[in-house]
Amino acid sequence: MSREEIKQMKLDYVKYDFKDPENYVYKFDKGINEDVVRRISEMKGEPKWMTEFRLKAFRIFQSKPMPTWGYKPYLDEIDFNDIYYYVKPTDKQGRSWEEVPDYIKNTFDRLGIPEAERKYLAGVAAQYESEVVYHNVKSQWESKGVIFTDMDTAVREYPDIVKRYFGTVVPPNDNKFASLNSAVWSGGSFIYVPKGVSVDIPLQAYFRINTQNMGQFERTLIIAEEGASVHYIEGCTAPVYSTNSLHAAVVEIIAHRGAYVRYTTVQNWSKNVFNLVTKRAFAYEDARVEWVDGNLGSKLTMKYPAVYMLGKGAQAEILSIALANAGQVQDAGAKVVHAAPYTTSNIINKSISMGGGIAIYRGLVKFMKGAVGSKNHTSCNALIIDELSKSDTVPHIDINEDKVSLGHEATAGRISEEQLFYLMSRGLSEHEALVTIVNGFVEPFTKALPLEYAVELNRLIELELEDAVDVGARKVIY
Amino acid sequence: MEDIFFLVSDLESSVEGNKILKGINLSVNRGEIHAVMGPNGSGKTTLSNVIMGNPLYEVDSGDIIFKGESIVELPPDERAKRGIFMSFQHSEEVPGVSMINFLRLAYNAINSYRDSNFSQPKPIEFRKLVKSKMEILKMEDSFLSRYLNEGFSGGEKKRSEMLQMLLLEPELVILDEVDSGLDVDALRIVFDAVSSLNDGKKSFIIITHYSRILKYVKPDFVHVMVGGRIVKTGDYSLANEIEEKGYDWILKEVSV
Repeated sequence: MSREEIKQMKLDYVKYDFKDPENYVYKFDKGINEDVVRRISEMKGEPKWMTEFRLKAFRIFQSKPMPTWGYKPYLDEIDFNDIYYYVKPTDKQGRSWEEVPDYIKNTFDRLGIPEAERKYLAGVAAQYESEVVYHNVKSQWESKGVIFTDMDTAVREYPDIVKRYFGTVVPPNDNKFASLNSAVWSGGSFIYVPKGVSVDIPLQAYFRINTQNMGQFERTLIIAEEGASVHYIEGCTAPVYSTNSLHAAVVEIIAHRGAYVRYTTVQNWSKNVFNLVTKRAFAYEDARVEWVDGNLGSKLTMKYPAVYMLGKGAQAEILSIALANAGQVQDAGAKVVHAAPYTTSNIINKSISMGGGIAIYRGLVKFMKGAVGSKNHTSCNALIIDELSKSDTVPHIDINEDKVSLGHEATAGRISEEQLFYLMSRGLSEHEALVTIVNGFVEPFTKALPLEYAVELNRLIELELEDAVDVGARKVIY
Repeated sequence: MEDIFFLVSDLESSVEGNKILKGINLSVNRGEIHAVMGPNGSGKTTLSNVIMGNPLYEVDSGDIIFKGESIVELPPDERAKRGIFMSFQHSEEVPGVSMINFLRLAYNAINSYRDSNFSQPKPIEFRKLVKSKMEILKMEDSFLSRYLNEGFSGGEKKRSEMLQMLLLEPELVILDEVDSGLDVDALRIVFDAVSSLNDGKKSFIIITHYSRILKYVKPDFVHVMVGGRIVKTGDYSLANEIEEKGYDWILKEVSV
């Protein structure tokens, strides 16, 4: 298929519902035990400390109970013995595009990553299966000391930095899925930005899951030294499969004094994926961390990007949307901990539920003793498209300091028939009017995205709405 | 059938079970300007909503013909595509949807219906076209990046309605209470917009309580609506009479 043909392809789910022949170099059996963990570490040729880290995490995983909250009927469906924990697609990692295997390039083609974008991207680290197969960092960054590589390589080549930070923000005993990830992690990105260095162009990675019943346990670690700044973008699409698939990633960010880190994700998992991700950042004095987090697809998402503000004047912004369609539960939100004076955080969450989907905002705002002059503002808006769908808000607030300020606003509403009529009276069909209103609703989120992601997100929302209306949940009154 | 441009016959309509329109008959030819006047609660706004196809207003009986075709069963977008435009008394606010994007969607939707060879203008060309209309309305460029009607003042909302009208070039325009809450300058804008669109082939139905707007846009016919019916029809002099004497004398006439 030529590039032109790809461009002309109408975006539809068929595009995401494809898979390459399973041409893997090595594949483990399903299930997990200490031996599997050891062999993963061995396969990767890891140092002893990482093998020990994995084994320790595995023991914690075994003893940890499942979360007692979240959507229990779906959580109960996860069978840890019915999942592959490691798949390695190719023997060696490609250093240039030419070296990347054709069947993997073909996958990127079908995902429609535009040529122009590739040129625009100064470096792409693309995760295919459990291993990063391609990455390329602009030499100018390398000369400034910026490291952008996959996590496996980082363990081998930058052991001192990795050892110092790995598992410090999200320790293996944090929650059951973080301990599982710590035991079997594979792939993910490693970014190190030295003191005072600004990375002007966003660093990007594309993710895909390809093997039936394959778990994806990537591990990302971002370190921004004093005064450094970086924007990392991670986008995901996954092919559709009939059996359940587990995605349990861990992302750790360390923003040192005065550093700035933005982490943008738009995920569109196929509708059988359990997406249980722990994302957390430490922000030191005057540092600023921003999570921009879009959740479409998956069967169950549980994800609460967090910022711990550990130094005076640290700032956090968490901007997220969740779209829950038929059979889906989006349990997403944000977590901020104000552990130092004059720290400020801003949470904006938008959710859309349709076709019987359930969207839940779950948030924690915590002020520690001594966090004087700190502020939080939280705003949650839920849009419910039809009678079948549900939305819920579960905000937790924990205040241990008097001199703080807090603002919370939450709205939940349905599509206004008057708005629909207004748009239709200008020639828009009911569907076009609905899409326009919903895209307007998520605009505060999409305007924070790079243009190509914003366009893709708007188109995906349009398709989701088509599906929801097909279900017949929305009463068609025109 | 194309002989009939616009005809409302024996139209009855209810809102939430209350009968509001009790048999409306109205015929408008190409190029004519009609005023529908009446006291509050006479059903004027219901009439404009029913013509545009607002689903909150139920049509109990009667018909609406536009360009020889019954449109009474058509959804609002199909009516708009055929050339009907209603200027809203209360413009809806749609957050997150920029004026320029909304205008583009509407323009493309309507023109691709009217002309099967229509190709969507490039963003730069479209912006040029919109700006040419905005000049007539003395609107600032910054308008286009604002969200549709969000936080607009009364005058700004009216300009927004008029801009949409000029861009979509309808054949039948319903101006619903277009003069309510407007100062003289804003009325002048409405007048400029209507005059700019009016090439003698377009038709207008001006729904109004007061005769103020009619000094700017002079109607060929004036209808008076009371209790869900058109009870009196005359020429422009009827509007003058209403301005002098109010509606009481008509109400008396009707009850007799």
